[in-house]
Amino acid sequence: MVTSLRPKPGPVRSYRFPEFVDRMLPTGIRLVTVPVAKLPVVTVLVIIDAGSTDDPPGKEGVAALTAGLLLEGTAHFSGAELAEKFERLGASVESGADWDSAFAKITVLSDRVDEATTLLGQVLSEAAFPEREVERLKAERLAEILQLETEPRGLADEKFSEYLYSPESRYSKPDEGSSSSVSGLSRDDVEQFYRARYRAASTTVIVAGDVTVDAARALVTKAFKGWTAGTSERALLVVTARSNRKNVHIVNKDDASQSELRIGHVGLPRKNPDFFETLVMNAVLGGLFGSRINLNLREAHGYTYGASSFYDWRRGPGPFVVSTAVQSEVTMPALREILTEIERIRSAKITEDELSLARDYLDGVFPIRYETTAAIASALATLVIYGLPADYYDTYRTNIRGVTVDDVLKAARSHLHPDELQTVVVGDAKIIRESLAELDLGDLRIHES
Amino acid sequence: MRIPVEIFRLDNGLFVTLSEDHTAPIVAVNLWYHVGSANEKMGRTGFAHLFEHMLFQGSAHVGSNEHFELIQRAGGTLNGSTWLERTNYFETIPSNELALALWLEADRMGELLPAMTQEKLDTQRDVVKNERRWAVDNQPYGTMLEKMQELVFPVSHPFQHSLIGSMEDLSAASLDDIAQFFATYYTPDNAVLSIAGDFDASQAQLLINEYFGPIPSGKGKPPLPSMDLPPVFGRRLREVVYDNVSLPRLFLALRSPVFGSDDYYSASVTAALLGLRKGSRLQRALVRERQIAADAGAFTFDLAKGSDLLVIDVTARPEIPVAQLEEEVEREIDLLHRKGVSKEEVERAIALIETDLIASLQSAGERADRLSMFATYFGSPQLINEQADRYRAVTLESVNALVSERFGEDNRASLIYVPREGVESESMLAAAAGAT
Repeated sequence: MVTSLRPKPGPVRSYRFPEFVDRMLPTGIRLVTVPVAKLPVVTVLVIIDAGSTDDPPGKEGVAALTAGLLLEGTAHFSGAELAEKFERLGASVESGADWDSAFAKITVLSDRVDEATTLLGQVLSEAAFPEREVERLKAERLAEILQLETEPRGLADEKFSEYLYSPESRYSKPDEGSSSSVSGLSRDDVEQFYRARYRAASTTVIVAGDVTVDAARALVTKAFKGWTAGTSERALLVVTARSNRKNVHIVNKDDASQSELRIGHVGLPRKNPDFFETLVMNAVLGGLFGSRINLNLREAHGYTYGASSFYDWRRGPGPFVVSTAVQSEVTMPALREILTEIERIRSAKITEDELSLARDYLDGVFPIRYETTAAIASALATLVIYGLPADYYDTYRTNIRGVTVDDVLKAARSHLHPDELQTVVVGDAKIIRESLAELDLGDLRIHES
Repeated sequence: MRIPVEIFRLDNGLFVTLSEDHTAPIVAVNLWYHVGSANEKMGRTGFAHLFEHMLFQGSAHVGSNEHFELIQRAGGTLNGSTWLERTNYFETIPSNELALALWLEADRMGELLPAMTQEKLDTQRDVVKNERRWAVDNQPYGTMLEKMQELVFPVSHPFQHSLIGSMEDLSAASLDDIAQFFATYYTPDNAVLSIAGDFDASQAQLLINEYFGPIPSGKGKPPLPSMDLPPVFGRRLREVVYDNVSLPRLFLALRSPVFGSDDYYSASVTAALLGLRKGSRLQRALVRERQIAADAGAFTFDLAKGSDLLVIDVTARPEIPVAQLEEEVEREIDLLHRKGVSKEEVERAIALIETDLIASLQSAGERADRLSMFATYFGSPQLINEQADRYRAVTLESVNALVSERFGEDNRASLIYVPREGVESESMLAAAAGAT
């Protein structure tokens, strides 16, 4: 039969994150090029300091709407014509905005990258925002918001943000805007946002794949020649918690077969000195299949298909959240186990065995994360957006390997706050409400959805 | 661009495909077992998938959940998945850990049963029931797959019953079922092992011989009942589901040529020209121009036996009644059926498919999975290198022939989701409409 002798690993083969060249073009645009010659594919990713946190108050959703509209028409071509032009080149193209930036991205075969990038440059610098498309994209966003009413996962995420952050914090509202803010947006709002924020000095183009540094430079210089010079100041990011005490919210869904749970607090900004310790700490707590929370809720108790925790890394302090969906009847015991695990990792050192699982995983999986041009481009976008050092990826594995059990305990004590936990349950209030009183989750409010 | 492919077969019947690529120190190990929900017996729907969960619960020399732990400790990613016709298990790991991944796969293929206990089965049954609640019951449109299977396949056809299974059948599964299923289907002669990435073929061959060689071959599996189906339904099929959803959504399915056949490629191009990306026909007509749809797409199931399905998927805008949604989609299909497509549409679709094909092959896991797929379904992993050519061979004429044969009124099955709580959604609709 199969040998009982477990194989030992062979000698480690070295790996380096692909070398990149980071230059400022004379036009003021920053160009990052990563030649990767594995397959004849190129990804071009444009990022602009025009994310949802740049939405002016009351205009929540304008960043996402503007980014979405980039591909919907120029002075010369309609949105339908643009889609046709990109797609005949086989270029999958998309644009959008997240909290920190707006982006436009194409992946295309390398023999068509010139044409596709030229078109992308033209589209971004000549966006015309046709009235009809503005209204259509708004209506599509409103349809999406309506869909959330019956989509427990998305609804739980959104309600958690709302109950976690103060109303003055941009993070308290959906990144793509609420129905009231989106309804109020006009073509003028979009145009103004675009003129103010889409500037050369706020823009980075990342080219990853089967391309040379010189070719990328010539291509991007030409394609983005129409880009408006100058920069745009970003407003100060306001991020405060809605409450400094514990609270629990039930968003009632009659007869729901599961409860969607979100429990957490305001976390940390992406650029912080404890990043690596916190990353390893979270991996042990809930970041891996073999983490404490998943093994407890799924493998020991069978409460759920999966449970995880994560820090949502953003420019400002995004949420720390434990996220799972459990059978309605076990909502209380599942929450109790989560609270226990958060307490436990703060009260005693993790074992060396737990540390090595998390550390070896994060170290070992590093090369697997960068197999595709799209993944490499996105990794470089992270450097740009959060202002991380150029050797970040070259020192990443050493930094992970340096984390100790003492560091993890320190990170757990500094960056997990049991007294500030906000709990959101999207589920059937009549089944769960009474049992929740057995836990110390803070004031209970029930919301009819 | 060609991917290197080497093949060999062990005496016990295990089919092996190897594809070297030394650009990064990463290797993917991928196993396909030629068993899926189609092989389940009556009263045991969902068993193939429950069984997949049990494969992570340990084997003779591996503890419960240790498979996950050892691979993650090695810096690898892993999972498994179950489909109608197959079940797959896969790891991507640093290349110096290849032996570990092969040994773990061999141990559970050779000696799973010593590790199986009632307690583990009970826990995984609860996990799977929660997976069902999460992905199917408590998710808008989550019942689409099982309702579609039920609507379009005749009773007792192997594709007709639910893949995730009913709660009753999951409750009924026993350790005896596990033992029997394992002995029948989890045998080397019913599996394909693929390795893609940074490894040395001769060294891998030695490891495979050592670990998988001693596993005895199976006694053969019971034949499936006839899978054959006529090319069209022969009549209109239609089912309306009143459900907890916000917007009406229509899934319109057609019988289409089985995966891998020449006509399949024409069908796949047709699905792409109808629903892949913004420039596709349905996105352009229904989302952009007429603005009756919030979203529109089309895809094929890629079934290799019986009949494939081509599915058109359109979600209504809030103010659009179900009847109008159905009418407008049908009108598009009628137009397509009557007038066919243009050369430009075919070219657009093929260009997009080609980029996706090549971009996806950047990942070692993806390469290994496709090698296993072509080896399992057709005995020929080399087909991985012929896909772009087969798509390029699709012509305007072949697409129009397919459209004319398959898009008629005698080959349409509509599965329509309608918001259940009419009163409540009417008021929400009014609010949304008023807001625009």
